[in-house]
Amino acid sequence: MKSDTQHDTQRVKGADLLQIRGLKIEGNSDGVWHPIVKGVDLTLKRGEVLGLIGESGAGKSTIGLAAMGFARPGCRIVDGTIMFDGIDLRTASEAEKRKLWGARIAYVAQSAAAAFNPAHKLIDQTIETAVRDGIRTKDQAVADSIDLYRRLQLPNPDHIGDRYPHQVSGGQLQRAMTAMAMSCRPDLIIFDEPTTALDVTTQVEVLAAMRNIVEQFHTAAIYITHDLAVVAQMADRIMVLRHGLEVEEAPTREMLKEPKKDYTKTLWAVRSLAKDESISDDVTLSIRNVDASYSGVVKVLDNVTVSLPRGRTVAVVGESGSGKSTLARAITGLLPPSKGEILFNGKALPKALKDRDKDTLRRIQMIYQSADTSLNPKQTIRDIIGRPLEFYHGVHGAARDRRVAELLDSIELNENYIDRLPTELSGGQKQRISIARALAAQPDIIICDEVTSALDQIVQEEILTLLMKLQKDTNVSYLFITHDIATVRAISDEIVVMHRGKVVQQGPKSQVLNPPHPAYTELLLSSVPQMDPDWLTNLLAARAEAKAKV
Amino acid sequence: MTAQAPDLRSVRARRSLWQNVRRTLATAPISAWFGMIVIVVYVTAAIFAPWLAPYGESEVVGRAYQPSSEQFWLGTDQIGRDLFSRLIYGARNTIGIAFVTTMLSFAIGGTLGVLTALKRGWLDQAVSRIVDAFLAIPVLIFALMLLAVFGKHILNLILILALLDSTRVFRLARATALNVVVMDYVEAAKLRGEGNRWIIFKEVLPNILPPLITEFGLRFCFVFLTIAALSFLGVGIQPPTADWGSMVAESKTLITFPVRTFPYIPAPFYPALAIALLTVGINFVVDWFLHKTSGLRDEK
Amino acid sequence: MHPVLKTVLQRLGLGLLTLFVVSVVIFASLEMLPGGFAEAILGQGATPETVAAFNHQVGLDRPATVRYLEWIWNILHGDFGYSYAGLGGNIKRSVSELIAPRLYNTFFLAIMTAVVAVPLSLFLGIMAALYRNSWYDRIVNTITLTTIATPEFFIAYLLMFFFAIKHRWFYSLSTVSENTPLLEHMYRAALPALTLTLVIVAHMMRMTRASLINLLASPYMEMAQLKGVPRREAIVKHALPNAWAPIATVIAFNLAYLVVGVVVVEVVYVYPGIGQLMVDSVSSRDMPVVQACALIFAATYILLNLSADIVSIVTNPRLLHPK
Repeated sequence: MKSDTQHDTQRVKGADLLQIRGLKIEGNSDGVWHPIVKGVDLTLKRGEVLGLIGESGAGKSTIGLAAMGFARPGCRIVDGTIMFDGIDLRTASEAEKRKLWGARIAYVAQSAAAAFNPAHKLIDQTIETAVRDGIRTKDQAVADSIDLYRRLQLPNPDHIGDRYPHQVSGGQLQRAMTAMAMSCRPDLIIFDEPTTALDVTTQVEVLAAMRNIVEQFHTAAIYITHDLAVVAQMADRIMVLRHGLEVEEAPTREMLKEPKKDYTKTLWAVRSLAKDESISDDVTLSIRNVDASYSGVVKVLDNVTVSLPRGRTVAVVGESGSGKSTLARAITGLLPPSKGEILFNGKALPKALKDRDKDTLRRIQMIYQSADTSLNPKQTIRDIIGRPLEFYHGVHGAARDRRVAELLDSIELNENYIDRLPTELSGGQKQRISIARALAAQPDIIICDEVTSALDQIVQEEILTLLMKLQKDTNVSYLFITHDIATVRAISDEIVVMHRGKVVQQGPKSQVLNPPHPAYTELLLSSVPQMDPDWLTNLLAARAEAKAKV
Repeated sequence: MTAQAPDLRSVRARRSLWQNVRRTLATAPISAWFGMIVIVVYVTAAIFAPWLAPYGESEVVGRAYQPSSEQFWLGTDQIGRDLFSRLIYGARNTIGIAFVTTMLSFAIGGTLGVLTALKRGWLDQAVSRIVDAFLAIPVLIFALMLLAVFGKHILNLILILALLDSTRVFRLARATALNVVVMDYVEAAKLRGEGNRWIIFKEVLPNILPPLITEFGLRFCFVFLTIAALSFLGVGIQPPTADWGSMVAESKTLITFPVRTFPYIPAPFYPALAIALLTVGINFVVDWFLHKTSGLRDEK
Repeated sequence: MHPVLKTVLQRLGLGLLTLFVVSVVIFASLEMLPGGFAEAILGQGATPETVAAFNHQVGLDRPATVRYLEWIWNILHGDFGYSYAGLGGNIKRSVSELIAPRLYNTFFLAIMTAVVAVPLSLFLGIMAALYRNSWYDRIVNTITLTTIATPEFFIAYLLMFFFAIKHRWFYSLSTVSENTPLLEHMYRAALPALTLTLVIVAHMMRMTRASLINLLASPYMEMAQLKGVPRREAIVKHALPNAWAPIATVIAFNLAYLVVGVVVVEVVYVYPGIGQLMVDSVSSRDMPVVQACALIFAATYILLNLSADIVSIVTNPRLLHPK
């Protein structure tokens, strides 16, 4: 657009756009105010992209919103200054801030599906602020939006705006929201975890589109995420946050090459783990040509064959809808396969749960993604871990309590936790209790369904290390279901890649992770962000080249 | 999330149950205190009615329509019974019958609700469809019709209302249980090979108890008000049993003679006030309880 | 077929089915009595002959299915049969004739209430949601909670006491006839309408408040705010298009509640409506009248809920604009 060239000249990197000093924010829970952000300084220059990174509870989203002078209901900004281009956002009136919002500072939310109004067309929501503030006429705004859709590589840019939010996919919606934010050519955009809810292969396209458009219009941005590899692609500078305080801040390359603080290194803790691959032919569980479906029409598992060796870990990796969790349900008998068979220690496993005897049930245990929902909040740790002991092994009373204490010790928890309720424990501790419950049965196999996905990196690393130690001690086999390649690398001996209900590839870790790959494995592996600021650039170049060849 | 490593093996001291109760009560708002006091007074009156009431339940002790005096605190009714005594006995009858009805309604509706949520399948379908049809008719209307068919007897009243109300309880119990049944810990119990009894009583029930208790308070109010309304309409609890609803109806003509009773409150207002006070009290307590258990119920 | 049309038709079908099931239940209630209805009404001492005679007289001696089909067929033609009350004498009293004027009175009262109560409670509920946790909100919350928990007849007598007995502004008894002029009818029905209004407003404004707060907390409302849309405009443009379904549900629920509320209020004020008729007929066990009243109440209830559901379907963008 021509009008933008003039804009661009004003937006030379260098002048300070946003200055936050001594920001303190409190949140209210149960009527008590407690600090969320405890004094953060932040400076952003025009055209610069700052990455805010931290784990859950670091206060990064709260800071992002505060950069707009906004606090969610239940939060309040108690101290500090927020200066945006000479305007004090803390003292600015609601009306003054509304004039800035959308026009000069824009916001891109994590869940575009929830943040778009279901009742209006995408185009109407995209142009709303530009037209209302008189920045463009309606016709100009529509033409401009179509241009933005095209720049963001949305399919069918001329007409996609006529669709309603529920009619387009998650990745497209996130790009449409970026177009909406860009519509007034703001000076600053806050990206709040915009790709967290997306699958990795979709994430690549959205990241590329966002980075591209921010560069084109020379917009300053704050990019909030918990994924360091993602932010490394987007940001010029990175600030690491923890418990509402800054840990350190540095230009992206510097931060990745030599972080100053130990905490920063823990943000890629899982990536530092790599189990030595060990192959075995002693198969304990063999899934042969299994089909399964929920409604009887669409196959969720299609001719799946997977084998799990004794004392080894097989990682099942795939994106949402790949059927990897359904595979777990088929093995446990919750969803009896419609075709094929499952052999367990050489014998056919009865298909339905109700047909299996107690000993078979004991030998196959399961750990879930969310310890919040997999531990009964009304039972004490004694009951949770003690029940399998009573149920399978007939151990009662003091003997049971002794055994529970031993199990707590093996998962590195104090035996005094025995009378606690799960709600009194942290996320990592709860996941340890889930592991102890599975171990109590003394199983041959433990199915781990995304067991580390809901945890922070450092806790993930601890849990994975614990699982590996337990495998060494008990020779248990893990079927490890995950979408995260770093976790796969950390724990597996063999890898199964699944896509749309089919097994794309199964083999030893070294074989699957190294080329040559089948096409889908290639796409999946190459889409996983790397701790390299040039990764996205190189990947896009490589893909463009490959496309050109075809 | 706080750092794991240092506090992995350290344990905080736990508060005892009694300390928790005291802490909770200390934060109760005035309205909830008011409600709790009302409930305690009513329950006391209901249990100790024969000792508290100066005269018998249907004992004729004087002339009709006497004004309040030292002898008859609230005066006498249309056939010369002591109003105050009947008010106290009314607590026993009205609350007792409503309580029994609600218990029965929860026994039927609660059990079926949890069971169908767990088993799903054809039983769930069948029961749910029948309940839907019952929900399509207002309780008062349905109760009126059934009372016309079966006759105005206390047992009929209890059974009919319990059955009608159990459809409402069923809906809630099933919905709450459904939320729990899909939890991973229930699936974990199933995978362990646990039977239905363990799953219902150890896994599901403890988790749906708080909403069910709250609902019990609300359903009790509803049943209590419906019985009062039916009695007021003359088809509920029948004379000479003392009951607040019918007492209002019996003394309604007195509303036009306001000066005759102390302290110038017309006679029908005493039983009516007695009803209102209890339901308001329970509602205040339930309202507080709801805010307590669900925290940000309004915000999210 | 368009998904909206399909869903609406499905919902209509379900409504008809419910109506059918309810009619069966109402009809069948008479059959459920052990020993038969005749014995219950004539007493234990009734001879088999008198029982048979009664059954023959009211037609209970024929198969139930035949009677049901006849009953429902006649009702579809506006004929609810004959009241038991006139059976002994020579004059057969048609239930339809008995009901018609009273139905008019009841609807008169209900509409009069709704016209005041619906806008008032929507307004009060919206204010409470917008100024949540303010003093206004808290006071209104306590008052409405108290009103909801109070029996209707208590409110009715209180109003009667103050407005008709202490101050003689209104009549304490709302007697109207077919010849009562419209304004006079309104004046006489004012107190019952006021009673119902109080009860309905309490319920309705609480529901309005709750569903509006729910709506205002949705992420797209925050997004609108962060796009710089002023609050008033955001509510009109972003909240309202999504609010029709909850609003319709609130209105329908409370109008349905009104249907039940009229019974007690009509009895208190001796207002000649269908509720009072039903109560009288229950006392005298005049089953044709009771069944007719129950069916009318239930049908109104079902139709109100049905219309709310249809409004929800028709305003649902996901159905309006299928993938």
